[in-house]
Amino acid sequence: MNGQENMTTDDGYVSGSHLLQPGVLDTSHGVVLYLDDVTVSFDGFRALNKLSFSVDVGELRCIIGPNGAGKTTMMDSITGKTRPDSGSLFFGQTLDLTRMSEAEIAQAGIGRKFQKPTVFEQHTVFENLELALKCDKRIWHSLFGKLTGQQRDAIDEIMNTIVLQELANSRAGLLSHGQKQWLEIGMLLAQQPQLLLLDEPVAGMTDHETERTAELLNTLAGKHSIVVVEHDMDFVASIARKVTVLHEGSVLAEGDMATVQSNEQVIEVYLGR
Amino acid sequence: MHSNYQPFLLRLLGNSRWVGYAVALTVICILIPVLNLAVPEDSALHLSDYTVSLLGKILCYAMVALAMDLVWGYTGILSLGHGIFFALGGYAFGMYLMREAADAGSQLPNFMVFLDWHEYPWYWAGSDSFIFTLLLVVLAPGLLAFIFGWFAFRSRIKGVYFSIITQALTYAFMLLFFRNETGFGGNNGFTDFKTILGIPIATAETRIVLFALSGLALLAMLWMSHRIVESKFGRVLTAIRDAESRVMFSGYNPLHYKLAIWTLSAMMCGVAGALYVPQVGIINPSEMSPANSIEIAIWTAVGGRGTLIGPLIGAGAVTALKSWFTASFPEYWLYFLGGLFIVVTLYMPQGVMGLGKKLLGKKS
Repeated sequence: MNGQENMTTDDGYVSGSHLLQPGVLDTSHGVVLYLDDVTVSFDGFRALNKLSFSVDVGELRCIIGPNGAGKTTMMDSITGKTRPDSGSLFFGQTLDLTRMSEAEIAQAGIGRKFQKPTVFEQHTVFENLELALKCDKRIWHSLFGKLTGQQRDAIDEIMNTIVLQELANSRAGLLSHGQKQWLEIGMLLAQQPQLLLLDEPVAGMTDHETERTAELLNTLAGKHSIVVVEHDMDFVASIARKVTVLHEGSVLAEGDMATVQSNEQVIEVYLGR
Repeated sequence: MHSNYQPFLLRLLGNSRWVGYAVALTVICILIPVLNLAVPEDSALHLSDYTVSLLGKILCYAMVALAMDLVWGYTGILSLGHGIFFALGGYAFGMYLMREAADAGSQLPNFMVFLDWHEYPWYWAGSDSFIFTLLLVVLAPGLLAFIFGWFAFRSRIKGVYFSIITQALTYAFMLLFFRNETGFGGNNGFTDFKTILGIPIATAETRIVLFALSGLALLAMLWMSHRIVESKFGRVLTAIRDAESRVMFSGYNPLHYKLAIWTLSAMMCGVAGALYVPQVGIINPSEMSPANSIEIAIWTAVGGRGTLIGPLIGAGAVTALKSWFTASFPEYWLYFLGGLFIVVTLYMPQGVMGLGKKLLGKKS
C-alpha cells in the first residue's frame, strides 16, 4: 500500500512524487477536507450558501454558529447523507465526496458522531466497538470472519481510552448519557478514520466529563484531523486552535478564538446576542 | 475457551441446544412415525393421521414464522406479505404434482383442458423435472424477493410504508393468480394430486415421510438461523434494526445486508410452501390473501420477536388454537386473532418467550 505513505505525509507537494491511487486518501497537499462553493437548498431555503473552507491534516477545527447556520447540513453533505445542489466537496485531493455513498465515505476514513448519542443499545460495549472496527464490512466476511487477537487488543485499547473496560459486557442501552457519548467516540476511533466529525460531543455531559473529553480530543488532534461542532463556548475555547463561524450557510469569520470573539459581525449575530 | 479441551460428546451434552436438537430429531423421525404407523389404532398412544397432518402443517408454518423473525425480529423489517413467498414455493411444487397427475389422454391438467389449451404455456417448462422443481421452489420466491427488495431498500422505504407495500404485493399476486388465464388453475388452484416421484401421495407412509422431511427442514433452518444470528452478520442486522444510520456511517452498506436476509427469508418460505402443499393436498390463491400474511406476523409476535424458538411456539400455538376455534366458533376467529395481536403488542412485547423469562425470574 504505497498510498498509505501519502496519508500521513504533509511535507508539501512535490510534482511526480507519488502515484494517484483510486479510492485511497491523498493528503500530500496538506489538506484533508476541502469544501468549495457548496450550496444545499431545501424547498428554496438555502441551508448552505456557497460555503467554502478547508481543514488541514492533523488540525482540530471548531465550527460554531447560531441555530440554523447550517452546521448539521454541512456534516450531512460531507458524510453523503445530503447531496449538494452545486459546489465541490473533496476528501484529500482525489476523493469526490459528492459521488460516494455514506458507507463508502465511512470506509474511506471519515467518522461521524451524531448530536444525539447513537450507539447500538441492544449490543454490549464490546460488540459496539467490534461492529465499528475497521475491517472488511461486506456480507461474506461478517458471516464467516472471526476476530483476530490483534483486533481484540485494539478493542481493549479503545475501551481503556474511553474508560469503559469495566463495562465491556454491559448492554450499551444501560450506559449513562456521558458514557454513551464516549462509546460513540470510541466507535469512531475503532474505525481508524483520518477525519473525525463530532456534532456537539459534550452535550449533556457533566463538567468533569466535558473536561476529560477536551483532554481526549487534544490528544487525538495531530493523529487525526477533527472537526467539532459545538455550542459550549468554554469547551471550544479549551480545545480550539482555529474557529470557523458559520452564519446563514456561509463562513462569517475564521481565525483563532480571540480574533473571532473580537470580530464585530460575529458579536452581532452570535456572541453578543 | 476451555471447553475446547473437553471430549466431543461431553461438549455436545453440555450444550443444551444440541440436546434440544437431538430430542427434536428423535421425536420427529422416530417417535411420531412409530406412534402413527406401528401403534395399533385402538391404543391410547396412537396418533391419528389427522393429527400427523396437522403437526406437519404446523412445522411448515413454523418455518415461515422463523423466516419472518429473521427479517422482522432481528432486522426490524415488518413484512405483511410473506404469504406470497410461501405460496410461490407451494405453486412451484404444485406444478410438478399437477404434471404427475395430468390427464392420461391430453397429458394436461384438467383446468388447462377446460380452457381449451393444447399444450403447456412456456412458464411450465421444466416443471416435469423433480430437480428443476426443487430449484424453482427456492428460486421463484428468492428472485421475486430480490427484485422487490432491491427497489424498496434502495429507495430507503422503511417502516409502515414498507409493510403496506408488501401487503399490496401479495394482494396483487392473489388477483393475478385468481385469473384462469394466468395458467395456475384460477381460484381452484391445484388439487387432486396423485403421486410424487411415482409414489402414491395419499398413503399413511408418504404422509409420515413428508412430515419427517418437514421436521428435518425446520431443524436445518433453525440451525442455520442460529449460526446467522450469532455471527457478526447477525449483529449487523440487529444494529440496522436499532440504529441504521450508525451502521451506514460505520462503513456497512445496509442495502446488501437487508437484501441478503430478506431474500433468504423468502427462500425459507418457499421451502415451507413446497412441503406444505403435498401434505394438505391443495394450493390456491387464498394463500396469498393479506389476512394470511398478517397471521404470519402474529405467530412471530405471539411467540416472541428476536428469539428463534419463540416464533416456532407462536406458529404452533396459534395454529392449534385456530383449528379448535374454527371448529367450535368459526365466525369469531378473526376477532379473536385481532384481539390477540393487540394484547400481545401492548402487554407482551416479547411474546410468550418474554413472558416465560419473566415468570422464571430471569432478566431479559
